[in-house]
Order: sequence, then structure tokens, then C-alpha cells
Amino acid sequence: MSARASRTGRSLFLLAPLLLFLAGFFVWPLFSMMSQAVSDTAVLRLLPQSAEVLAGWDRKSPPTPEMQTALIADLKAVEDTQALGDMVRRLNSARSGFRTLMSKTTSALSDEADPPADLVSIDKRWERPEFWLAIADALSPLTDRNLLAAVDLGRNADGEIEHLPADQSVNRVILVRTFWISALVTFACIAIGYPYAIIAASLSGWKRDVMLAAVLLPLWTSLLVRTAAWFILLQEQGLINDVLQMLGLTSGPVQLIFNRTGVVIAMTHVLLPFMVLPIYSVLITIPKNLMPAAASLGAHPLRAFLRVLLPLSLRGVAAGSLLVFISAIGYYITPALIGGPGDQMISSIIAFYAIGSANWGMAGALGVVLLAATLVLYSVYARLSADEPGRR
Amino acid sequence: MRRRRSFLLPGGEKVAEGRMRGPALCPTARAREPLLAEFIRFDRITKFYGPLCVVENLDLGIGKGEFVSLLGPSGSGKTTLLMMLAGFEQPTSGTILVDGQAVNDVPTHKRDMGVVFQSYALFPHMTVGENIAFPLEMRGLGKAEIADRVTRALDMVQLSAMRERRPAQLSGGQQQRVALARALVFEPRVVLMDEPLGALDKQLREQMQLDIRDLHRRLGLTIVFVTHDQSEALTMSDRVAVFNKGKIEQIGTPRQVYDEPATRFVAEFIGETNLIEGVVARISGGEAAVRLASGAEIVSAVSGGVAEGATVYLSVRPERIELAEARNAAHNCLETEVTDSVYQGDHLRVELAAGSHPLIAKLGRRSREFEPGTKVFAAFSAGDCRVIAPPDGQRQAAAS
Amino acid sequence: MKTIIKTGVLAAAAAVLAAGLAAPALARDLTVVSWGGNYQDGQREIYFKPYAEKTGKPVLDESWDGGIGVLQSKVKAGAPNWDAVQVEAEELALGCSDGLFEKIDWDKMGGKDRFLDSAVNDCGVGAIVWSTAIAYDGDKIAEGPNSWADFWNVEKFPGKRGLRKGPKYTLEFALMADGVSKDEVYDVLSTDEGVERAFKKLDELKPHIVWWESGAQPLQFLASGEVAMTSAYNGRITGINRTEGKNFKVVWPGSIYAVDSWVVLKDAENKDAAQDFIAFASQPENQAKLPEYVAYGLPVKEAAAKVPADLAKDLPTEPANMPEAISLNTDFWIDNSETLTQRFNAWLAQ
Repeated sequence: MSARASRTGRSLFLLAPLLLFLAGFFVWPLFSMMSQAVSDTAVLRLLPQSAEVLAGWDRKSPPTPEMQTALIADLKAVEDTQALGDMVRRLNSARSGFRTLMSKTTSALSDEADPPADLVSIDKRWERPEFWLAIADALSPLTDRNLLAAVDLGRNADGEIEHLPADQSVNRVILVRTFWISALVTFACIAIGYPYAIIAASLSGWKRDVMLAAVLLPLWTSLLVRTAAWFILLQEQGLINDVLQMLGLTSGPVQLIFNRTGVVIAMTHVLLPFMVLPIYSVLITIPKNLMPAAASLGAHPLRAFLRVLLPLSLRGVAAGSLLVFISAIGYYITPALIGGPGDQMISSIIAFYAIGSANWGMAGALGVVLLAATLVLYSVYARLSADEPGRR
Repeated sequence: MRRRRSFLLPGGEKVAEGRMRGPALCPTARAREPLLAEFIRFDRITKFYGPLCVVENLDLGIGKGEFVSLLGPSGSGKTTLLMMLAGFEQPTSGTILVDGQAVNDVPTHKRDMGVVFQSYALFPHMTVGENIAFPLEMRGLGKAEIADRVTRALDMVQLSAMRERRPAQLSGGQQQRVALARALVFEPRVVLMDEPLGALDKQLREQMQLDIRDLHRRLGLTIVFVTHDQSEALTMSDRVAVFNKGKIEQIGTPRQVYDEPATRFVAEFIGETNLIEGVVARISGGEAAVRLASGAEIVSAVSGGVAEGATVYLSVRPERIELAEARNAAHNCLETEVTDSVYQGDHLRVELAAGSHPLIAKLGRRSREFEPGTKVFAAFSAGDCRVIAPPDGQRQAAAS
Repeated sequence: MKTIIKTGVLAAAAAVLAAGLAAPALARDLTVVSWGGNYQDGQREIYFKPYAEKTGKPVLDESWDGGIGVLQSKVKAGAPNWDAVQVEAEELALGCSDGLFEKIDWDKMGGKDRFLDSAVNDCGVGAIVWSTAIAYDGDKIAEGPNSWADFWNVEKFPGKRGLRKGPKYTLEFALMADGVSKDEVYDVLSTDEGVERAFKKLDELKPHIVWWESGAQPLQFLASGEVAMTSAYNGRITGINRTEGKNFKVVWPGSIYAVDSWVVLKDAENKDAAQDFIAFASQPENQAKLPEYVAYGLPVKEAAAKVPADLAKDLPTEPANMPEAISLNTDFWIDNSETLTQRFNAWLAQ
């Protein structure tokens, strides 16, 4: 008994670095990112008195003196400027204008010599219920606001879920586009990668090495360099257009850049190894004599391929597709540099919220949506590969 | 659809009713004339892999309904020859004829030959039933007929219960029987087997040997069987072609290649043998007198191609040697001393020294024991002894 | 036995954590972060290297691409690994109100009076005045555009147009193209109708626009002929003329200028040294060397006065370039950036 316990203990000890690493660098960031999406304490934390008063407000009428007094008291009590910043960012995201309103208000409140009578005397905007509504809506510790906004939904004044107006509805379009571009790239990778893997698997020695190295090469180059190289090749006066025109295949330059074509070409190039390698690794495990056997049994090469090689290598295709697709939905540098305005992918929106406006809630929510979509895909894959014939 | 054999005819004799094994199916000693009606012909086949010659100017004819084994060590070209017959490889030069037609340019899938591979080559993603149905589907047969034929093929190899299993769920022997059923179910003109039993354990292998031979007998199949196991070749074949370095050293019935080896290679490769060097003193009436280095003279059967004065080998199978206390005038006798004696269950193996020349004798298990150091005479008749001319390259070495 | 192993696990965990925490505790060199490219190359020559020589301590310089989120996450995590950072006006305002920056010691800087008004902030010291303006290739278009209305006029000036992807600048330019006078741009843009009007004007040009995101892109497009004219940063335009002998022209009327500032990240390890460095970079004799490297205006008045005339003519601060230009309204953008970016993305996706 004690021997077994000590063995368990020892293996736990050996696993400790891995578990600590996973917990610290994988589970915790993921969890905190996801919790950012739904946690909404930035305002509640700083405005406890206002929260009490606002609970009794009818959400329509102009602010009462009690509300103003409570908010003044709360704001005066704030000492942590970073927490204040978080609150302002949260409120400004719900209602444009809070930035300047709050900085004006806080600096007026700190003026000891001439204390303002009420908030409206500092700025007329405090008269408008919209600003108070934004505060009132930000007072529950958990929110579905970011998650809803990530799929272009929001709550109206009555708290019902409804579509955001068209001029704010961009995420769903971009999400769908992201999946569509990723699907196109995946198909392109299959179309090129599958025959490539078959040829590579059928070769041996240095020829095989050269083919694998050629497909791995893009992985060893920086993403920016690769993308810039595609820019040079694809542009109107670029190499590809020059060649096409020299060969007389086209009369004028073909638009290959700043559109979907360019994005798919460049992303396919970058992601091809993730398709070729899984297919290749499955292909080399397929016994070499199955195709001769099929031929000896009377199967035309094409039928032998469809009935034997294809079903047996589908596992590799599925794994490769999953890898390519999941990598592709996270791309944004390539679409940003090679794509046109209609090729922006969801990651660039996430990057804007995270880097550009420090709105971690929205960034987290979009991340959660992306993660959920990925997990759904993965479960489909897992289901399919579990049913895979030939596997027990 | 051609229906050549009764076992696959609907309502025909139900093959599997009789077990494929057991005393009832013991081989009847049926001497087959080689080359009944010639069905397959290899005509001056040469095959190079790059600079390497693996089959050299080879001629071979195989009769319809014949079971021919291609026997030889690995790298002797036997598998390559089979692969060329199946259409997986192209001969560098020469013609392969099947039923009078050159098939060099016929692709594999139109050659109508069943192939059984050493590693079975079953399709892992299909059930046993689907595997066997595969060649029938390729031939566009109706569903009902396919099901019917698959049923009978499974009965034939006694795997009816395994129809819905996948190959990975079967044992090696079962997999090989599925492969066999798959190669036979479409009634190919020829069945090619490439070391099909190599991956099985000894007991299973021997059982399968009998099963395959039995199928051959009953279905009248033409079988080309590649193996490096000489006992397998002897057990199963009508004729054995012994391969060495891309050439056929000897082709003949199992009895011929065993009892009358034409070359030293054949004598040594098939079974165990004693090779004794000597010089031909006289030849008369199918017998030759060979003088050994020790001065003793041995009388041996001989079959042409050997001239008086030539340096030759004498091949004597160990089980043909008897040990006697006294010289026996009717037989060849060599004076020897026992160096070791091992009881091996079914026989007694005695190692002898005739002067400096080692000899091996296998005696019946009832024979008495011989203590090392005992002086005995090794006796054998002229008929149990063959004269083998050393190949040109070895003549010098033998003479020196 | 069990206790021993538990202790071992805890000890290992503690060791890992300690190793992780100990690393930043090592003294870090003063780290200065700027925008990269030839601008930072110039800064290295005139600020970083001389300052390192003067103090005898090494100066690390890194580059970044902006984004308040980057600074926020560094400060929030505690012990930021950057000290002095050059930021845009918007980041300055946001970061200052969010408490991400140290307060500037203006006595160290030599007093606020030495600087242009727009370069003085509680949290930042102006480093450069730069402009976003129309650029075109003088070798290809002899009689170039003179206003944003010309930029929108694809019949008179055929070819594609480059604009920075994002609402900032783009909406202002659209309104100016639509005839809004430079002084009223932000008044109009502050109304819903004004935003509507700007997007409507953008609709006209949309099929002709090639969007850029990094500062080097528009000049690449211009050089390769991908676009006929583009918005670009004035320093880049002058830079490529000098280094590659191009004849790219800057259209000053309608250009929007802004001030970039030095800030010190809150609780940075070398926050005092960072202020000293900023003071060094704000000394007139040091700052005056900058236009040799890159054509940005100088916020220190004495330094601006020292710039030779042939270099000064390319600067946004040159009086001849100023009359028709407008200043970026930072307050407007910190209030509206998120909403308008969302709107802009939606418009782009249509």
C-alpha cells in the first residue's frame, strides 16, 4: 500500500513540471480570458453607493439628486486611478463620450476650492438618462453583453435580446467570412497537399527528403517575410502577372492582391505543411501491397484508389483539414497585408479590441466564440474519426 | 461469366462439407507428367534493377492445372519472376505468354490472376466479407451472386462466422485464409502465391500447406508458389524450380530434385547432404567409379555430362547411409570414426569422420547408440549416391 | 513517506515559482521603445547612443506598433519591462487617465514654456510633430492634387487610392473632401449626421481604395504604381525621397498633424532614468539633429529654430505648411474610437 502510494507520489513529482506549466501557461490564461468575457465588476467595484440608489431608478426619467450625490460620493472615494480607468473604459464602450465626461467630472470634483453643487453643473451630459443607463447596466458582476455583442446581439432598454443595428453588426459577417476563407484554404490545401503527399510517400531516399523539405520550408521563414514575398509576387507589376502577360495568357494584369484570391494563395502556401504532413504520415503506414493487391483483384487504378487508398488515408486528410482550418481561423496578418477590405478576418477584430482599445471583455468574448466554434468542429472530427472504419 | 469449376457453381458440390484437413484428404500418390498442356511460358525473360541483374535469360513453362513452386534463397529472382507474371513488374526483355497470348502489355487488373501475398494484403477498412466481395464487385457481378459466392468462399476456408469481422480482429492464419478465399473467389486463371505461409508458425504452416494442396487437387487450379522453404516446396508441388542468382538450377518433381540433384547448389539447398570430392575414374552403364583423395573408390549413379578424369562431388543423403561393423562388399563402404551422436526423437544423428572428411548419417530411431571414437563403416548403395559436376567456376578450386 | 513526497512537490513548485519571479528581479537596462524604422535609426544616433555614452550605462531600444492594450497589459502585470515609450496622442490621453504612466517632472525637462503647448501633458513630453498627408509621385503626376476633394476625384486623377484602414483620419478626410471646412471637421463629426455624411462620402471612393495598415505600405504601393495617390506619414515620404531618390510630393493642405510623446510606464524599474533620458532627448541641441534623419517637427521651440531652412521646409511645423492643416482632436477619438471602429468595420464588410 505504502509502496503504491510512494509510486504514485513519485510519478506525480515527475509530472509536476508539466502540470505546473499547463496550469500556469495554458489553463489559467484561457480561464482568465474566458472570465474576462463575462465578468463585469469594473463599475460595481467603484460605485457601491450609486448601485444602491440606481436600483430604485425607473431607467427613463432624468437623474434624481440622490443619484447624483451617490455618484459624487463614490467618485470622490476612488483612489486607484487604474481601477478608475477600467471603469471609464467599460462605460465608454457602452456609451461613447464617457471618456471626456469622466475626466472632466473627476477633475472638477477634485477642485477643493470650488466644489461643484451637482454633476449637471459640471457637464450637461449628466442630465441625459442614456449615460445613467449605461452605469445602471454595468452594475451586475456578470454580463452576457460581450458574448451577445460578439454575435451582433444586444439588449434593448427593456432587457430583451435583439439584433444590433446594421451599422454595428459586423462580427457575424466577419465570423462567417473567417470560416469561409478558412474552408477555402482547407480545400485548396487538400487539392494540392493530398497529391503532393501521395507522391512524397511513394518516393524514397533523397527525393522524398527534398519534397518534404520543400513543404516544410515556409514554416522556417518568418510569417511577415513570407507575406511580403507574396506581396511582391502577386502585385499588379509583380512576377506572376509579368509571366502571365509574357506568355500571352492574359492581356492585362490580373488582380491577384487585395482580394480573396491573394489571401487564399498566401494562406494555402503557409498552411500546406499542416495538410501534407498528417496525410503523409498516414500514407506511409498503409501497407505498400494493398494497391497491387487491388489491381490483382481486377480493380482499375482509379477504382483501386477510390476504394482502398482514399478511405484509408481519409484519417490523415481529416486531421490535416482540422489543423489547417483551426490555424486558418486565427490568421490576421496575411489577410491584413494581402487581402482587401472584404477579407478581414475575426482575429483582426480581436486584435483591435485587445491591443487597440484594451477592451478585454470583447476580445475575450470573441475568443470564446471562436473557441466554441473550434470545439464544435473538433467534436465532429472526433466523432468521425471514432467511426473511422478499420479502427477498433 | 466463366464457370470453370464446380465448387463455385451455384448448387454445385459443396466443397466445405468435407474438412480440408484430416486423413481422408491425405495425398494420393499421383505422379503428374510435367507440362500437361503448357499454359504459362516465360520466354527468355531478363530483368534488371538498374545495373543489377535479378533474372537472367530465363525460360520456364507451366502446365494447366499444375502446381509449380519457385524455390530459392532470397534474392534469387523467384519473387521478381512472380511479380512479372502478376504484372507488378515489367521484364527488361523477353515475353510472358499466358494461354498463348503475350501479356507483357496487359495491366495487372486485366490479367485475371489471383495473388496471395506473404503479408496477406487484406484491406483493413473492409470486413472479411467485403474483402472477399471486392474482386466480384470489380467484375460487376450482381449483389445476390456476390453474396452467394462470398458465402461459399467463406465456407471453403471455414471462416463463415468471421464474415463481419475486420482483418485486424483475426489471427494470422485466419487472415491468410481470407486472403486465399479472396484470391480464389473470382476463379482466376492462375493463382500466384508469394511466400503466403512465411508469417505463420510451424504447425499452422504445415496445416495450411495441406489445405492449399488439397484445394489445388480438387479445383484443378494452376498455382505458381514462391517459397524459400524447401520442405514446403517438396510437400506441395507437382514440380519445383530451384532458383539461384537469377537462374533456374534445376526443375523437376520433388523426387527428382531431392534424389537426383543436378548441381551442388540444389543438393545443398534441398535437404541435408554429404558432399564428397573425388575424380571420375571410369564410367560404364549409368554408373561411375569415383576415386576419393583417400584412395577409396565409390560407385555412384550418374546421368551424363560427366567425363572420365573430371573432378566431381558425390552427394549422399544422410538418411541413406547405414553404419556397419564390417565391410559389405555389395555397397560402397567408407571407413569412419564416430565423432558425435545425437538422439533427435525421430532419428539418430551420427557425425562421422572419414579421414579428415566429415560425414553425417541419420539412422532409424531404433538404431543402437554409437559412442564417439567407435570405428564403423559408412555404407550406401550406388543408387543412393549422385555424381555432381562442379560448375565451371569451381572446377579449378576442386582440382587444387 | 507521503509527507516527504508532498514536501518534494511543494519544494519543486516553489523552486519553479521562485525561478520565475527571480528573473525580473535582476537589474534591467534602461529600455526605450519607439516606432522602429528609419525614425528609430535616427533616434538611436542622436539620443540613445549619446545618452548611453553620457551615463556610461547601456540603453536598450525596442520598437512597437502602438496600442493602448499593450501598455495596459504591461502595467497591469506589474513591473513592466519597458521604461520610456513613445506614444501617440490618443494613447497618451487614455493611458494618463487610466493611470498607466508616471507623472512627468517638468522641472527636469526645463519647464513647460520651452515646449509647444500641444506637447505639454501631465504624463507625457512631446517628442515630434508629425503629419498624415496626401502623397503622390511627382514624376507620374505633373499637376498633382491639392486637396482631399482632388483625392476623391478619380476622373481627373485616375488610379487607386491608399488610405489607412480604420476610422481615424479617414472620416476627417472624407468630410474635408465633402466640402467641410478644416475648422468645422470635428464639430460635424461629433454629430450622427456628420458621421453619416462621412461614410456616404467614403462610399463614393470605396471601390478605388487600397487599405494600408503599416506605415511602410503606402509608399510601397506608390512606388510600385499600385496606387496613384495615398495618405501617408510625412516623415516616411521625405525619407523615401532622400534614400531612394524618389520625387514623392506631400500635399500639406488638409493634412492632419499630431504630437507623439514620451511617457514613462507606471512603476517601471528605471522610471527616474527614463525621465532623465526624456530630458536629454528634449535638449534643443540634441533634438535639433532629428530632421537630418527624419522630417518630423520639433516640439522644443529652441530646437525648431536651429533647423536649417532646407530641412525645415519638409516639416509639419514649418509655418508655410501649417495654414491649411488641422490638429488631430484627441478628445474626440478617445470618446468615439471604439464605436466608430465598429461602425467602420461594419461599413468595410458590406
